[in-house]
Amino acid sequence: MADKSDEITKEVFDHLVDLAEFELGGDEKNYLRKELNSQLTAIRQLAAVHLDEDLPPASHGVPYDDERKPELREDRWEPFPESRKIIEQSPETEKGYISVSDIPHTELK
Amino acid sequence: MNLCDLSAFEVRELLKKRGASAVEVLDSCLARIRRVDGRPGQLESGELTAEDGQKVHAFITLSEKTARAQAEAVDTQLAAGMEPGLLAGIPFTVKDIFCMEGTPSTAGSRILANFISPYTATPAARMLAQGGVSLGKVNLDEFTFGSSSESSAFKPTPRNPWDTGRVPGGSSGGSAASVAAGEAFLSLGTDTAGSVRQPAAFCGVVGLKPTYGRVSRYGLIAFGSSLDCPGPAARTARDAAMMLQAVAGPDPMDATAAAVPVPDYLAELEKDIRGMRIGLSPDYFRITIPDPVGGYQEMPVPAEVERVVMDAVEVYRSLGAEIIEYVPMPNTRHGIPVYFVISRVEAASNLHRYDGVKYGHRTDELARDLKEMYRKSRGEGFGVQPKLRILMGMYVSAAQYSEQYYRRALRVRTLIRRDFDAAFDPDGRYKLDALLTPTTPSTAFPVENVYGDSVLMQYSDQLTVPANHAGTPGISFPAGFGADGLPLGAQLLGPDFSEHILLRLAHAYETATADADWRQRRPAVIQEAANG
Repeated sequence: MADKSDEITKEVFDHLVDLAEFELGGDEKNYLRKELNSQLTAIRQLAAVHLDEDLPPASHGVPYDDERKPELREDRWEPFPESRKIIEQSPETEKGYISVSDIPHTELK
Repeated sequence: MNLCDLSAFEVRELLKKRGASAVEVLDSCLARIRRVDGRPGQLESGELTAEDGQKVHAFITLSEKTARAQAEAVDTQLAAGMEPGLLAGIPFTVKDIFCMEGTPSTAGSRILANFISPYTATPAARMLAQGGVSLGKVNLDEFTFGSSSESSAFKPTPRNPWDTGRVPGGSSGGSAASVAAGEAFLSLGTDTAGSVRQPAAFCGVVGLKPTYGRVSRYGLIAFGSSLDCPGPAARTARDAAMMLQAVAGPDPMDATAAAVPVPDYLAELEKDIRGMRIGLSPDYFRITIPDPVGGYQEMPVPAEVERVVMDAVEVYRSLGAEIIEYVPMPNTRHGIPVYFVISRVEAASNLHRYDGVKYGHRTDELARDLKEMYRKSRGEGFGVQPKLRILMGMYVSAAQYSEQYYRRALRVRTLIRRDFDAAFDPDGRYKLDALLTPTTPSTAFPVENVYGDSVLMQYSDQLTVPANHAGTPGISFPAGFGADGLPLGAQLLGPDFSEHILLRLAHAYETATADADWRQRRPAVIQEAANG
């Protein structure tokens, strides 16, 4: 069972689960919240690392200078040879279209 | 010795001389698979039996019919005096995280269990174009999320051919196990935190993580898009070089595949290593272990792990390499905490696409509306590891926590990259050609021993993950055995696009130690197969 002092409280966890669009069982919820808090303990070690103010973030390791960057593909329409194979992967189709359940009405804020 | 126990290079030479046919080579691999692999991983596997515990279970999908047609085509070409390609007639496996047209491409997940890919990933297509014989798809941690291959939804999960009571490592566990067990000569894996190198070390084979951008990611089911690298698992450095030759290079379908010329890796293998500068860093000889009360302990790597690396140092010294000690890599210890953040954010972003609409699992339960269908489909389709990564990725990148966690992790990643830049700078203090380290903190651990503890499992990658953050290449090669009789690997890390140097160094070590007693040992499943 997760501790009361956990950073990811039950409320925060439920909010994340809601955003992630998961339906979860009780045991699964307990395990996931415990592991999330356990991982945060490891992550919090980074707070002690000294970072110079001008230290930039690295979104990737290898620098992509002009010599290494590949040329962009020509902007040309190229149909997939067998689009049927793509559509067929959908769990539910109707006359060549993918079909889904009703889309709930949402009021935009 | 069976044909399936030769190296890929030896098979290539044999086929060229017409000393065997591609079909005979394939049949040898298939016979080994039938003997040692047991039932393939499947969703509804039922109770595991005692026999399951003694098999390798590398495969999810065995493509025997396709493989036979490919082998026959190679034999026809050879008979006609044609040159059918660098990998002609060599059976290989593919980690089931790559799309291959017309085959299930499952990512080891229920959510993709019914997905038949309409196209083939570039690295796999390039292996086929060079005449490789595709045996099928091998098991892995679900979406590659793990270091033991136990998180796959397809059971039984792979086991270590040296001792089937141990894990093969992960996430490319099926890849390394299939190569070690003599089921295939080569396997296409992926390395995001060490997922080729760690299982290679655990299974006693060679595993190469190329530089980020060296091999196209087109058709690779994405996990951490700034970290994922397709790479070979092979029996020798020469075999890994052959495979890299086939798969490396720019690809119009992947804008991150670098426009850097591909060297002749096989020719580079033969060059001298005298005068090369190999570094040792004290930061790779200590490890961090989470303790049971929520803290962390730092300690030296186990003596046997240090011993195999220091033995390799003596081999390199005797071959004329220069050993540079005390190279500082102080940010190595931040590799796992940084990975806990960056990889989760990227995983969450990549895994939102699985919604039960376009492909993959959709719930059979009645759903009131689209939102409920999403929730049920994703709740049923994903196992706990993907769920854990999605939730963590969303948390640490949320607006209110992003500066504290995600951006901070990206900045520490800069420090990790700078460690490598300083070590390999040709005008710097150390001027290294490569850094020699242990690959893993231990030999393969027992099945079910670590699985479930997501923090402890992640720390098994602590010596491999820094290269993923830095984007630099690394190779793990067999370097000895632990007291438990299981393989230990040594790792060479190098600067960007230095795969030819790493392969040359690994090859030199293999050649120099070819007659060593420990090199004559064979995995338990192969010994048992030989004993009938």
